[in-house]
Amino acid sequence: MLFRVAEWLGGKALGATRRLGRTGVFLSSAVRNAVVPPYRGREIVKQIHFIGVKSLFVIVLTAAFTGMVLSLQGYYTLRKFGSEGLLGAVVALSLIRELGPVLTALMVTGRAGSALTAEIGIMRIGEQIDSLETMGIDPVRFLVAPRFVAALVSVPLLTAIFDVVGIYGGYLVGVKLLGLDPGQYFGHMRSSVELVDVINGVWKSIAFSLLIVWVCTFKGFFTERGAEGVSRATTSAVVISSVLVLVGDYVLTSVLL
Amino acid sequence: MSDPGIPCEPCSVGPPGDPEGEPILRLEGVETVLEGKKVLDHIDLDVPRNRITAIIGLSGAGKSVLLRHMIGLMKPDRGRVLLDGADLMKYSRKELFEVRKRFGMLFQSGALFDSLDVFENVAFPLREKTNLDETGIRERVRVILRKVGLEGSEEKFPDELSGGMVRRVALARAMVMDPEIILLDEPTTGLDPIIRNSILNLICRTYQDHKFTMVMISHDIPDIFHWCHHVVVVHGGKVIEAGSPEAVRNSTNPFVRQLVEGDIHGPVQLM
Repeated sequence: MLFRVAEWLGGKALGATRRLGRTGVFLSSAVRNAVVPPYRGREIVKQIHFIGVKSLFVIVLTAAFTGMVLSLQGYYTLRKFGSEGLLGAVVALSLIRELGPVLTALMVTGRAGSALTAEIGIMRIGEQIDSLETMGIDPVRFLVAPRFVAALVSVPLLTAIFDVVGIYGGYLVGVKLLGLDPGQYFGHMRSSVELVDVINGVWKSIAFSLLIVWVCTFKGFFTERGAEGVSRATTSAVVISSVLVLVGDYVLTSVLL
Repeated sequence: MSDPGIPCEPCSVGPPGDPEGEPILRLEGVETVLEGKKVLDHIDLDVPRNRITAIIGLSGAGKSVLLRHMIGLMKPDRGRVLLDGADLMKYSRKELFEVRKRFGMLFQSGALFDSLDVFENVAFPLREKTNLDETGIRERVRVILRKVGLEGSEEKFPDELSGGMVRRVALARAMVMDPEIILLDEPTTGLDPIIRNSILNLICRTYQDHKFTMVMISHDIPDIFHWCHHVVVVHGGKVIEAGSPEAVRNSTNPFVRQLVEGDIHGPVQLM
């Protein structure tokens, strides 16, 4: 009995180690292929369009309402302390430091990450990835590397757009709806937000983009067992990416603060 | 040459004869375990050069896995896969990609790229692996599409093609780089008899024109005995018979007999 339990535990540990190793090898291969020329320029542009441009609408929408609700909540909370003038600073700092990078990453995961997994997963079960291999084409270089570059370019830019739109969403509610002075809104923002806040936000968005594209392409690349496998891979890619973004946000915040 | 798209008289690949020199591919003691199940069990197999080899057996016997080992898509847990005497498993990943230029492969599903039309699917390996200019690529693709009877279908996408057309495009793509070895994974499965015959004719004529080494997994028994030089019977992950079509057809092995005759009574009990 004891022997069987030990065998079972050993098997699980070996399996987990193997999976972890495979994940690491995949990441290093993808990064190497993304960095080392020749680059697949057209494919990178196509992926930037898919991950970046096509996510723009959902990012703008999310950002506007996030800024608006932040402003609404912030205004009534700050008014209790007679500090409603600080609303611009609160909205901007919340967005630039935390909400911008995190919500952008979550939105990109939901919109583009799941599609990346499904697309690569369907290529896997349709033997198209094997077909690339038989033609002597490295599928990591061909499929994964351009998506890595595209995500690393797109997500920080989307985050910047999220921050700006969110700030103007907050402006709309705070200034236009609740009657705060526009000078106060932007004045306190300018004096409170420092360059380091912006840089930390950029670092976060770069880290999150790497996490998302790593998990989503990996899950697609190693999809098994037909349509159900694609569905399972897509779901787990979104769940794992989202959780890793939130955990990563805590870790990065503790390191960067 | 008759239209490969329509059935024609039986095509002959010529007598088995002696293979030219050493086998091009050799599998020695290949064993592979997948999810705790031994799918290949000490496989010893020679693939003769410039000949058509057919691999037959029941579904799940390990035929496709065997084919994947031949091109290095899967690594055996034990044993060696030798291409012209060199162990495929000793190549680095990069070297393996170079070696695969010698192969063309037709997958059971066709494995065409959904986002590319017929022309671009066939042109794909040329664009990726050669320095041919656009004119050269167009000319090469045009010639190969005419060979498989798909002239005029260049702008169709895979979802607009019939099963037979998908296999023909896949065969064109497998041939476009002029490989030495073509691996065909069930090229006729799921096709109606007319289309099946046209594909077999096409394979036969391709062989006559180019004398590729071909390895084909097939369930077209007994037709396959007219189309190949060498037959390998796989069952339970083992090679249980290998030799000329005549030798396999006259085998006394009860499983081979049952498979050749399509008998429901025999060592394999399905019900």
